[in-house]
Amino acid sequence: MPPSPCASCMSPQVHNLQELRRSASLATKVFIQRDYSDGTICQFQTKFPPELDSRIERQLFEETVKTLNGFYAEAEKIGGSSYLEGCLACATAYFIFLCMETHYEKVLKKISRYIQEQNEKIFAPRGLLLTDPVERGMRVIEISIYEDRCSSGSSSSGSSSGSGSSSGGGGGAGAR
Amino acid sequence: MSVMVVRKKVTRKWEKLPGRNTFCCDGRVMMARQKGIFYLTLFLILGTCTLFFAFECRYLAVQLSPAIPVFAALLFLFSMATLLRTSFSDPGVIPRALPDEAAFIEMEIEATNGAVPQGQRPPPRIKNFQINNQIVKLKYCYTCKIFRPPRASHCSICDNCVERFDHHCPWVGNCVGKRNYRYFYLFILSLSLLTIYVFAFNIVYVALKSLKIGFLETLKETPGTVLEVLICFFTLWSVVGLTGFHTFLVALNQTTNEDIKGSWTGKNRVQNPYSHGNIVKNCCEVLCGPLPPSVLDRRGILPLEESGSRPPSTQETGSSLLPQSPAPTEHLNSNEMPEDSNTPEEMPPPEPPGPPQEVTEAEK
Repeated sequence: MPPSPCASCMSPQVHNLQELRRSASLATKVFIQRDYSDGTICQFQTKFPPELDSRIERQLFEETVKTLNGFYAEAEKIGGSSYLEGCLACATAYFIFLCMETHYEKVLKKISRYIQEQNEKIFAPRGLLLTDPVERGMRVIEISIYEDRCSSGSSSSGSSSGSGSSSGGGGGAGAR
Repeated sequence: MSVMVVRKKVTRKWEKLPGRNTFCCDGRVMMARQKGIFYLTLFLILGTCTLFFAFECRYLAVQLSPAIPVFAALLFLFSMATLLRTSFSDPGVIPRALPDEAAFIEMEIEATNGAVPQGQRPPPRIKNFQINNQIVKLKYCYTCKIFRPPRASHCSICDNCVERFDHHCPWVGNCVGKRNYRYFYLFILSLSLLTIYVFAFNIVYVALKSLKIGFLETLKETPGTVLEVLICFFTLWSVVGLTGFHTFLVALNQTTNEDIKGSWTGKNRVQNPYSHGNIVKNCCEVLCGPLPPSVLDRRGILPLEESGSRPPSTQETGSSLLPQSPAPTEHLNSNEMPEDSNTPEEMPPPEPPGPPQEVTEAEK
């Protein structure tokens, strides 16, 4: 069950991620690691981290990660169209890349839009923020967990900040 | 009241990237620090081809066919384009972990292995993964503070972890990795063809002209021919051999690094889990597969300090999305910790067949 927000935090501005960063303080960060069981293609583990237990439903989280994995699989798909692109690029001595975007880049843009959308609709209202893996070298999905600064006696955010400090998060404590 | 316009110098991320790379054209070009041998490569190719076009081509175009210089020009342009692509592009560098991520991984490791008393060398950090029913070990990189993906390796010359690391090639002045391997392969392939072409037509030229004016007269008239033949002869043996070796690697979907270390050979070792088992499929994947873009974001602009009016900050670890960047923990300051048993993979491997094309200078 999502934490019950106080009135001022649940204003439409909370969907603005800049507002979220200003009005809340960073409690901790969770890093979803890569899953190499299918080889070197970019996939992330769908294992639900315990730190998010009280913040978001397991199913929503898994769905997000699975969709992201699907996008990455699409980007790295080896098939007719990728061969065509590769051969065409080779034939032009790769000069074509000066004016054309690769398939991979197009999918990365789609991923970026998807993450933005997910942040606005699902994660920001729960005090979470997803960072695009491309900004972390495709190594991890970084999920920042924010404390509700203006929450009054909201038990969920209290417990999450408690669990955040007990797991020794290098984030919040040193930040301020 | 006059308004003072202060032009702030924009700091781009490439200026603060760790590692021993050189950047040019405001971050668009990325190379290793030592570029001397790369300049030699350029000089040899440009010099030989200039001589060929200036002397032999003029005679052969008239005597045989104008197609000869045309094909030579195409081969020359293609090999130059692929050489520059190999040398100037990001080989697939994995950016180092930011402090938060590094701390998180440290915590996970300690949770698994237990804390190590101060002063004692920690055991090598390895994670085991199963890929296609075979166990592959992931090693922890002490410099980059990450668990290296499979097939990645840390290049000691450039001081970066590179994905699908093949080798560090001083002749192109860059590492060869996931993102530029195909350019490298096409470069050595087209250079082999160009060398054979120039060599062959030099012989044809000398033969044709000798019939008319004699062998010694021919050499006196175009002394450049001797030089070209010599350069082509020595290049042939090395580059063609190298092309053959890399064709073998591509067909088996292996890297030079793996071949040198014998990762997939020997009866007690696992089989290569990345090979599709089919030569054509392997070639297609390595040479025509999807090309991931660089994750380094060299030309991104570093954000200013939160206080706003201060000049661009010198953030050591690149930009972070959030305004607060937490202080690194105690554990992370042990950068001096040597990479255990990483020397074999870090030392750029020499080329086995033929003359040592890719033996690099000693790192010290």
